[in-house]
Amino acid sequence: MSSRQASLPSLNIDNVAVMRGNRMVLPGLSVTARAGDIIWIRGANGCGKSTLLRLVAGLLTVTSGNIHSEGRMALADENLALDANVTVEAALRFWADMDGASADARDAALTAMDLQDLAHIPVRFLSTGQRKRASIARVLASGADIWLMDEPYNGLDSASCTRLDQAIINRAAAGGIVLVAAHQPPSINVALSLSLDSQDAAA
Amino acid sequence: MKAFVALVAREVRLAWTGGGLWLPVVFYLAVSTLFPFVTGPDKALLARTGGGILWIAALLATLLPIERLILPDRQSGVLDQLAVRGWSDELVATAKIAGQIVAFALPLLLATVVGSALIGLPEAQLGTLLLGLALALPALSGLSVMIAALTAGLSGASALGGLLLVPITIPLLIFGAGTLAEDPGNAMQLLAATSLAITALSPFAAGAALRASRT
Repeated sequence: MSSRQASLPSLNIDNVAVMRGNRMVLPGLSVTARAGDIIWIRGANGCGKSTLLRLVAGLLTVTSGNIHSEGRMALADENLALDANVTVEAALRFWADMDGASADARDAALTAMDLQDLAHIPVRFLSTGQRKRASIARVLASGADIWLMDEPYNGLDSASCTRLDQAIINRAAAGGIVLVAAHQPPSINVALSLSLDSQDAAA
Repeated sequence: MKAFVALVAREVRLAWTGGGLWLPVVFYLAVSTLFPFVTGPDKALLARTGGGILWIAALLATLLPIERLILPDRQSGVLDQLAVRGWSDELVATAKIAGQIVAFALPLLLATVVGSALIGLPEAQLGTLLLGLALALPALSGLSVMIAALTAGLSGASALGGLLLVPITIPLLIFGAGTLAEDPGNAMQLLAATSLAITALSPFAAGAALRASRT
């Protein structure tokens, strides 16, 4: 743990552009995030929100520019990545083991997303919103420094939205960085609200 | 290391629950049951050709789990999640191959004991057959993961998988059948060498395929 906490998480996106299917996405985007920052990325469908998160996560490579990040990352995107035939608890435990997360962190994540009552139900029986909560719980349990969340509010009821708000605020307050890609305006105080439509950032 | 073991264990569990375990075994035993119907109950003929038939049945059984090896993990985002955690694609492929060796190769070896009894293979040949298959099955496991990675998401993936597998397994089959001859020594060594080369290379080929298909 000491080595993880020794350096603060940071994220530096420098003049990034990427080609997606013969189309230039994110032409010349630059963003800097320090520990404690929440960055809210907005934009129309297809403007490159998910692409940006996948670039930061290292799943795609940039065509030009640089991305430098410091700290462990966790990603919650449209793919659930939880085995459908096992219980919610077992599916989350698999990833918690991958992340080296403790049983306490796992239980705390289940509680934070109000999944205790669903813990022993197979993942395939979950509703859309419950699936989303399970994938958010995986990010919470991971203890990662940088959270990448792609449309995390989709399908959530208002109580769950409030829980997610609180989880994001807590993570940032504890020195993490949270990137949220969403089509709605931020519901919480953010360090940077970035609109990919016009390519200009307003603090 | 603990995470690697967890990933291998997950592969084995998915095989147990997803039909990847019993499907190849049942297929393998079905072939060895059907073969005597075709040739008739000629004991000498069965003893001479039975080992080769089990080899071919093992090759074909390799194809059965291909569709569930990579594609479901790509679609559900498991491969992405592993990549975010810093797993190299080669390491993911290695874990999947190790899982295949446990969940596919070992049961097939056990089924060989039953299969050889069904065909009426001489007991002296059973040991040679088991040793040869034990040498070749890691390579077949590696090939099944590699082909699954290459064809994941393509239409007609299973048919394409068959076309890809058959030419690559020719050396395994030639040396494998060679071990059933009077003196299996040289063929066994060549089989071991071929299998080792294929097993060692397959994680890199599968890893490259995983990386190339990430969008």
